[in-house]
Formats: sequence, C-alpha cells, structure tokens
Amino acid sequence: MRHLISVLIENESGALSRVAGLFSARGYNIESLTVAPTEDPSLSRMTIITSGSDEIIEQITKQLNKLIETVKVVDLSEAPHLERELMLLKVRATGKDREEMKRMTDIFRARIVDVTDTTYVIELTGNQGKLDAFIQAIDPALILEAVRSGVCGIGRGERVLRA
Amino acid sequence: MLLTGAEIVVQCLQRENVKYVFGYPGGAVLHIYDAFFQQDQIRHVLVRHEQAAVHAADGYARASGEVGVALVTSGPGATNAVTGIATAYGDSIPVVILSGQVPTAMIGQDAFQEVDTVGITRPCVKHNFLVKDVAELAETIKKAFHIARTGRPGPVLVDIPKDVSAAKCAFHYPETVSMRSYNPVVKGHQGQIRKAVKALREAKRPILYAGGGVILADAADELTALARRLGAPVTTTLMALGAYPASDRQFLGMPGMHGTYEANLALHHADVVLAVGARFDDRVIGSPEHFASEPRTIIHIDIDPSSISKRVKADLPIVGDVRHVLADFLRILDEEGLTAPRETLAPWWERIEQWRARRCLAYEQPADGPIKPQYVIDTLWKVTKGEAIVTSDVGQHQMWAAQYYRFDHPRRWLNSGGLGTMGVGLPYAMGARFARPDAPVVCVTGEASIQMCIQELSTCKQFRLPLKIVNLNNGYLGMVRQWQELFHGGRYSESYMDSLPDFAALARAYGHVGIRVDRPADLQPALERAFTEHANELVFLDVRIDPRENVYPMIQGGKGLTEMILSANDL
Repeated sequence: MRHLISVLIENESGALSRVAGLFSARGYNIESLTVAPTEDPSLSRMTIITSGSDEIIEQITKQLNKLIETVKVVDLSEAPHLERELMLLKVRATGKDREEMKRMTDIFRARIVDVTDTTYVIELTGNQGKLDAFIQAIDPALILEAVRSGVCGIGRGERVLRA
Repeated sequence: MLLTGAEIVVQCLQRENVKYVFGYPGGAVLHIYDAFFQQDQIRHVLVRHEQAAVHAADGYARASGEVGVALVTSGPGATNAVTGIATAYGDSIPVVILSGQVPTAMIGQDAFQEVDTVGITRPCVKHNFLVKDVAELAETIKKAFHIARTGRPGPVLVDIPKDVSAAKCAFHYPETVSMRSYNPVVKGHQGQIRKAVKALREAKRPILYAGGGVILADAADELTALARRLGAPVTTTLMALGAYPASDRQFLGMPGMHGTYEANLALHHADVVLAVGARFDDRVIGSPEHFASEPRTIIHIDIDPSSISKRVKADLPIVGDVRHVLADFLRILDEEGLTAPRETLAPWWERIEQWRARRCLAYEQPADGPIKPQYVIDTLWKVTKGEAIVTSDVGQHQMWAAQYYRFDHPRRWLNSGGLGTMGVGLPYAMGARFARPDAPVVCVTGEASIQMCIQELSTCKQFRLPLKIVNLNNGYLGMVRQWQELFHGGRYSESYMDSLPDFAALARAYGHVGIRVDRPADLQPALERAFTEHANELVFLDVRIDPRENVYPMIQGGKGLTEMILSANDL
C-alpha cells in the first residue's frame, strides 16, 4: 500500500542523510522525498512517499520517530489530506505542435512560463496522477526535459502537524 | 575566563564524573591530550589499538552501569573505532566516543588523516555530532552523555575538529538538557499494565522471557520479585544472564539457538509470554513463522517502541523503562492482594520438570581423556564460587561459558550478543576491572578470538590488571567448524589454524604468567593457583580442549524452538 508520511525534523546538517540512510539500511522503499524548512527555520518538513505492508509502515514510522532529531511523524494517508507536486516540462514547440501544446496546457490548467521560438517550459501543479496524465497526453517525442519536485502533503481541516 | 576547546572537553568529562577515558593519541587530538596531561582527576588508559579503546569503554559501561568514554584521533583512529562502536550499538551500551577531526577549514579537502567520521559512523551510533564552533562544544558533550544514557542507551560520537579544540571560549556547562525532539517514555501505560497483570494472573502456562533491557535498566530485583510472586518460570537471553539467579529452581536457562531444552519448549508452549526488554531476535526464536504456529498472548515491555511487534506481533505492547513498568506490576499485585504462587501452575511445572529431566547440558569428563570445555567452565565456576565477572569472545567458548557458568547477579557476564564481535573479551575484561577493581575478572576466550585483540596484553601490563584469561584452545574456529561438520558435509574450509603461537610463552613475553594445561587433573590446581599464588598477576591459561566437541543443544538457523538437536546422536 502506498503511504504518505510527513516528518518534522530539526533543520540540522545531516538530518536528511539520517532519514535517507535509515530507508536504505533497512530496505524500505522511497518513491519520493521532499524536504524544505518550515515557517520556523529551525525545523524542516519532509514528505516521504513509501509503500509496504502495515507491519512495514508501522516499523517505518517507529524508526523515523527513533531518530534523535525527529520532532514528529504522521502518516497523512491515514486520513483526508491534500497532495501536490510541481512539474516543469520543457517541450518542443514549433509548427502545428506549438498551438497543440498551448491547448493541452489550458486543458490541464497548466501555465507556460518560458517561451522561445522553438520551446516552451510548462508549469503544472497537482497530484501525482494529474502530472502523469499530462505526460501521457502529449507526444513523448516533443518532451525535451521533465523535472518533478516530488510530493508534498498536508492534512485536511483541523488536522495540524506542528512541533 | 576563557578555556580552549580541549580544556572544555576535560572540564565536561569531569562534570560528568568520568573516572577513566580509554584512548589513543594522534595529530587531531593533540590539544585534548595536552589538556589531559595537565589534570589528574581523570585517568587515561592507553590502549594498543582504537578498537580496544571502545571495547574497553563499552566493557566499563556494562560492568558499572555508567557511561564509558573513548577518545581517538581522526582518520584511521576513527575507522579503527568503528567495530567497537557497532558492537556497543548492537547491545545498546552507553558509550561516548570523542574523535578528533582535521581543522574545519580542511574538511572536505581529502586532508591527511581525514575521513567523514560522522558519515561512516551514522548507521552504528544512537546519534553523532560534528562540532563546528567551540561555543557549542560544552552543550554538545552534555547532550551526548544525556542521549547515551537515557531511553534505549547506545553509543554517541562527538567529532571535534582540531581548530575547535584549540579555539578559546567561555566555559559554561549546562545543568540539564532539554530537546524538543528527544523525550524517551519512562512510565508505562497504566491501562495496558493492568491488562497485562490480569493476563498473567489468568495464565495457565506463563513464562517470563527477559532480555538485555533488564540489565540495562538495572531491573533484576524487580524481575526476580515478580517471578517469585507469580511462581512462573523464567528464561533469560544471552544478554540477560544474571538478571535472575541461575541457581534458582524457577530459572530454566537461556532460550534460543544454544538454549536449554526446557527453556525453548516452555517458551514455545507458554500461553502467556511476558517479554521484558527482549526482542525475539533470530538467535532466540529462530523462525518467526514457526514461533507464530502456536497461539499465545504476548506481553512486550520495551523502552524502544520499534522493538515491539518488529519480528513477533505483541498483543499487549507496553512502552516504558522496564524497571518502572515492573515496579508497577508489583504494586498492582500488592493492591490486588496476590502474594503466594498459585496452585494452578502445578501442571505446567510438571511438564517443565519432565523437559528438565532430559538434562540437556549433561556431559562426561573422562579422567584421562581430552579436557572437555564444559568441564573447564564448571571448574571455573567452582573455583570462583560463581562470583567472578566473566567476559567472553564469540564462538563455541562463548556458548559454553553462557551455559555452564551459572550467573546469579547482573552485570557479571559481558559479551557481544548483538554484533557478535570476536576480540571483545580481553578489552571487556580490562574495562570491567577498572569498573570493579575489587572483583575477580575472567576472560573466557578461544585461540582464534583472543588473537583479534591480543595486543592489549601490553595495556594489561602497563596498568597491572590481574585478569585471568582462560583460553579454550581447540585449534579450530570452533563454531565455524561445528557448522561445517553439521551442515557442510564436513568440509572444513579455512576453519583450522596452523602455526598457532605458544600462548603461554606469548603471555610471558608480555610480562605475564603463562600456563599450559593439557590434562583434566591439572585444570583445577592451575585455576586455583591463578587466583591465589598469582592473585595479583595476569594469568593466561592455555587449556587444550577436545577439538571435536560441539555445542548442544542446537537449533539450526531458520528452524523453530521445538526443532532442537540435543546431541550428536540426534543427527
């Protein structure tokens, strides 16, 4: 089962490698990992997409909690939550493809953020499925470069993760 | 007044009441050694290899219950220390390791004796720090000691660049530490504890299964009191020998791969298992699937939530310090007025006594035959009246020592159970002797293990440590040979050692007493001489034992608790 785990951790050098090392040392999956400081610069927030049986997910959250610098861990996927990922896509945009690319951008509510005579850079935000669908929808031969931020997530409503 | 970083290190250690530091100097720690030279409150023990520095600090911690301290230089000093650190981590032993590092401006430039010590040790420490500013040094050392000794203990490394130990700063040692990210649970959940007490009272076939956590939490008294109140059988893992008196009738011996027949069958057939600071590891229960084939209620007390339901699902998890939780158990039993052991356990004890009647540890010592290793440990137990601190290395001799030396008290049995590190025995004995200068300290080892840290005989001479080394010399990597005999068709690949040294002569070359024992009749007199005539000297007893002897009972890796091999006849 796919899980989305959020971690509040001290913003210290080495914290990221402790988390990454934990996953590789114990053979856990990481599908994506994002990390950046929060509104409190002394804290970082990580969002980890992983998968495994209930027992493995239980171990993952326990092992993350066990790290000395970890302040809080929550499995966001246990309750209603939002997931967002950002993608920047550089595409070939010449001839009739130029108009088609613009149309697809509009359909997906994406934005063109860089334009040259021959290329566009398209910015698209959404959950993983939406980003995947956009890539599926356009001609793969026209994709020059794709960069995805990895998923970040937050609980819906009053569910709050704070130190 | 401004102090250098090096002086701050020394001040911090003094404030932590550190009495001994085990270490080895080098370029990156010269300032710190200079500061040590100018004080006499802390004694520095100069080892002959950094691995032994950490092992000795670890052994000191195991024997005393206090935090052990090691000091090593950068680069090879730190990498040599890694085996020691991983060994302490494997058994959750509180050790603080101070390592020198190249100056901060040179970090990352592949400087002389530079390695990424924090990176290399990260997977085998409870936590580690690189101190980049002398202003943070004192607080970091305070945190290191706090983290090492609280919660589930473990090694903590502090990496100190040379310019940080040279820089000056005002010294202030914090009295307390507060970390928002680190607050180990001490007290157990009262509702869970009440449920657990009820389950134990209603059990028809209960067993107490205690692990190293009981020793680490100094909870042997509480465990013993609870066992007596419940009248239930007790098994203690390799790491918990001494947590319950081995001479008591309720003690079934050690469970697991080389555990007793009665302990393994009782653990398997119990209806309620109270696991206390134990972790159902592969050397104890073998296959988790086989273990799960029998229905039972598992109560699991551990200070580390990640140890609970890791290999075996717990029905009643209790997170907390085992000493506090066991005290709560006793208090609830008091409130409920349960004092005397109950008659309902009689049928359970009858079954256990039938298993015990198999006498799975029986052996015979022929008067003129080769010396049996079991006889050596038995005799050692008699000669030391069961009162020695015994350290071991890893292999057959370790199992024989665990099986035949009956430990009645905690912190008397020091060995590497988790990582299984050959070479720990001698440095553990050194650490134990500094922790308990009044106690007889014996290192039970083998001719292969002892050679992994034999250079420490030199340290023992320098510090006049009157250790007794009992070398069970069978000329083989015995446990490897045993597996090759049983599971690899008798193909003894690289398990025989040619050209062994004359150990007795080697011991004498280091300035100690060396005695070789070949015949059974010579064993007891030699051991007695070691503790009388040579009481104040290190004695190396090179005991030539039967090279074909195997450790039984045995459960093959991956098999279950009921699949024991009791002797060669079972094969």
